[in-house]
Amino acid sequence: MSEPLLRVEHLKKYFKSPKGTVHAVDDVSFTIEAGKTLGVVGESGCGKSTLGRSIIRLQEPTAGNVLFDGKDISKLSRDDLWRQRREMQMIFQDPFSSLNPRMTISQTIDEPLALYNLCPDKLSRQKRVAELMDIVGLARRLYNTYPHELDGGRRQRIGIARALALNPKFIVCDEPVSALDVSIQAQILNLMQDLQRELNLTYMFITHDLSVVHHISDDIMVMYLGQAIEKAPAEVLFANPVHPYTKALLSAIPIPSLHNRKERVLMTGELTSPIDPKPECRFCSRCLYAQDACGAGDPQLKEIEPDHFVSCFRFGI
Amino acid sequence: MKKKINTAEEFDFLSAQKNSQLRDVTRRLFKNKAAIAGLIFLVLLILTAIFASVIFDYEAQCINQNISQRLQWPSVEHIFGTDEYGRDLLVRIVFGSRVSLSIGFIAVAFGLALGGMLGAVAGFFGGKIDNLIMRICDVFLAVPMMLMAIVIVAALGSSIVNLIIALSISSVPTFARIVRSAVLTVRDVDYVEAARSIGVKTPRILFRYILPNSMGPIIVQTTLRIAATISNTAALSFLGLGIKAPQPEWGALLSSGREFIRDYSYLACIPGICIMLTILALNLLGDGLRDALDPRLK
Amino acid sequence: MNEIKADTSNMLEIEDLSVEFRTHDRTVYAVNHLNLSVKKGQTLGLVGETGAGKTTAGLAALDLIQSPPGIITSGRITVNGKNVICTKTDNKGKQVAKTCLTKKELQSMRGKTISMIFQDPMTSLNPVLTVERQIAEVIEHHEHLGYTDATAKAREMLELVGIPGERGVEYPHQFSGGMKQRVVIAMALACDPQLLIADEPTTALDVTIQAQVLDMMKKLREQHNTSMLMITHDLGIVADICDCVSVIYAGSVVEHGTLEDVFDHTLHPYTRGLFDSLPNMEDRSARLKPIRGLMPDPSKLPEGCAFADRCDYALEKCSKEKPEIFYRNDEHYVACHLYNEHSIQEGGVLKNE
Repeated sequence: MSEPLLRVEHLKKYFKSPKGTVHAVDDVSFTIEAGKTLGVVGESGCGKSTLGRSIIRLQEPTAGNVLFDGKDISKLSRDDLWRQRREMQMIFQDPFSSLNPRMTISQTIDEPLALYNLCPDKLSRQKRVAELMDIVGLARRLYNTYPHELDGGRRQRIGIARALALNPKFIVCDEPVSALDVSIQAQILNLMQDLQRELNLTYMFITHDLSVVHHISDDIMVMYLGQAIEKAPAEVLFANPVHPYTKALLSAIPIPSLHNRKERVLMTGELTSPIDPKPECRFCSRCLYAQDACGAGDPQLKEIEPDHFVSCFRFGI
Repeated sequence: MKKKINTAEEFDFLSAQKNSQLRDVTRRLFKNKAAIAGLIFLVLLILTAIFASVIFDYEAQCINQNISQRLQWPSVEHIFGTDEYGRDLLVRIVFGSRVSLSIGFIAVAFGLALGGMLGAVAGFFGGKIDNLIMRICDVFLAVPMMLMAIVIVAALGSSIVNLIIALSISSVPTFARIVRSAVLTVRDVDYVEAARSIGVKTPRILFRYILPNSMGPIIVQTTLRIAATISNTAALSFLGLGIKAPQPEWGALLSSGREFIRDYSYLACIPGICIMLTILALNLLGDGLRDALDPRLK
Repeated sequence: MNEIKADTSNMLEIEDLSVEFRTHDRTVYAVNHLNLSVKKGQTLGLVGETGAGKTTAGLAALDLIQSPPGIITSGRITVNGKNVICTKTDNKGKQVAKTCLTKKELQSMRGKTISMIFQDPMTSLNPVLTVERQIAEVIEHHEHLGYTDATAKAREMLELVGIPGERGVEYPHQFSGGMKQRVVIAMALACDPQLLIADEPTTALDVTIQAQVLDMMKKLREQHNTSMLMITHDLGIVADICDCVSVIYAGSVVEHGTLEDVFDHTLHPYTRGLFDSLPNMEDRSARLKPIRGLMPDPSKLPEGCAFADRCDYALEKCSKEKPEIFYRNDEHYVACHLYNEHSIQEGGVLKNE
């Protein structure tokens, strides 16, 4: 097997807070092959956004390595990181707040082109901006409009165009469709899939929406309180979830159909605090299958069948 | 989706439209009648201040006393009346506006530049730098602005330049606070993070992303501050630390007119109204500018 | 518009409701001749996208529309047989919609007969009052109970929504999002309302918490026999909790029916589009079929069918005439030009049914 585009090893991101240390991302390791999509799911507060930001070093990770194309991102100097940014971009969740309200669409898309001197002159930069607008399906007449004049779907297209401007290989998508209506959401998801195929992009797709992640991902990683608890190819995970949390999560999806309705696995309780967690399975207080062994240290991810990893004491660790 | 653009002509309309941003701002400003009224008033005021010596004779009409004409109520001859030394109040107000306006504008501009920079740095970087700058500002804020200006003028000697220095230094902490809080509210907004993710460097983030989006409170504070500075100049003049009589200055005119408020109320009222109208005009223009600069408001 | 006869078996009835928001430079037509009814003891799902007028319709039922800029231009709203809004002829001979209740009647109706749950639990609670106090105040106001009795009842309500009573002395910030939404629900149910209007009650919550809250709402609804208007954009939630669905687009209902009618015998192209936009859980590789275009600007609504521009089946007359309503059965109706009295029974007008 060739070296994956992205290899994350034991990534940790801790925050200091008055109450203690928040373990936002706690020892997460995974790889993404070039041209594939890794879906990261979890509930709010599980550290999925922090993970995405730490990988491209919008936030400095506390510990761990991020190997991108063989280079260790986490050790790059500031200038090298700046050059590396070209290859790794991000699409943000909220199309309403992720665009500077005082810049026109063309200025927003032009910004990265100007910064990295990608085009020799002004005219070619304008051409490139218009080309990017075509690629993401924004009408040319919107060239000089401001974000507030547009709806959420179009704004998200601007965000995508901005991320594509530098021809990146890898894009972290942080809940790119969760602020959109379903009909618009489908337009954006289709666009992202087309772009991936045509430009051979690699996505890390962060979302809390399970039906979206099922649709767009090749592999899915489920996070709970800063840790990866299960990782498998999308079909495998949905057909055969193993971790009790994944089971509960999947069964909680509201199904928009009157047929094939499944019995819910209702979870009791809510997310416990990620502040100074005890060395035990972080899910055990809510787990239906909790046993004494669950309090004995952090469970580790273990491969229970090819490509299917789970961290649960019931699977013999 | 795969349309390629090759001709330069296609882009003419794009670049032509791009220059229209300034026009957009002026168009929005001109739609605001109150702001335009303020602008016209200020322009007239500034023009009369500049051309004062063309219209009037400074020595003869503004400085020389003429006791036979003293304390005359406004009339056709003296539109604003005369003061206790028989000098025409209109002339004194026109020449006074030179001093008052220039002190007001220059002192606030310096205060805004320095305070704004400190506040922006403090708000943007946070942590120790923030703490250091803001604690120093707190110390300055704890001393009354007036007292501080008095101390500075007393130490440096009284002259217009020193007066401006004193007034601008005393407005620095206020501006630092305002700008810092404005910067803090937009610092963590997604588009700033998005800018960072495409590799925009810090100074550009500050000037292109953060400051334009925190203009509102800064503009309002600036106009208010100009007003306060004009009245503080008056107070300092009153204490003998600012402008020396017989040079006219609005604040000084106001405070000397106070003695006659019972019998010759126009002596205090007219300079007072001038100060008030100027401040009002500044506020109207400031509000108008704030709205015009915001593309979200059509 | 077809008249729907007033029916005593309905808890909430909205007829021909139109709401406009007038600002100095434009008028937004938020709700346009909307009809809907919630039967006693049943739950109606009101489904639509952002800006379709769902929330405005819900607020109108409580006469809570901010005026200005909001104006109810026509319509009749009845809650449990009692008129809330009715259309009157004013002294100039013009038809105007007005509140038929006094301020006092309105206040006693809100919270007692009807309650509303808002989307964001974070902003619907007062941060400086303990949660039991907030619930108790509603009870004191409506049921004229003393401090201790009201507080005791507030604790009971908290237990009912699955929060230990002793946590009532805590402040909202000490609760998580899901818990806060439970508190909001407890508050809404405190006076045992006959009708509950829930405006996207679980949108701000995580799926597992959403499942818990929906489950709890179902149980409470059965215990108290509460009628519910569930405003949501999520067809999954509708399938889970509702008896009937009204699909709203640009301020009017385009399709209404029982769950089975709408989910399995979809008539309106917009409803079909909504289903097709959702990722298919059975087949991962199936490409999504989004509805093209955008919802029309509510200040410039087209003359004909509001959906015509985005519709794959649009006929010539769609952009000119407003569609009429056709009934497939007693309950199920659609407002679409594709149908007439005959074709409505046969179905099969839409592809891939």
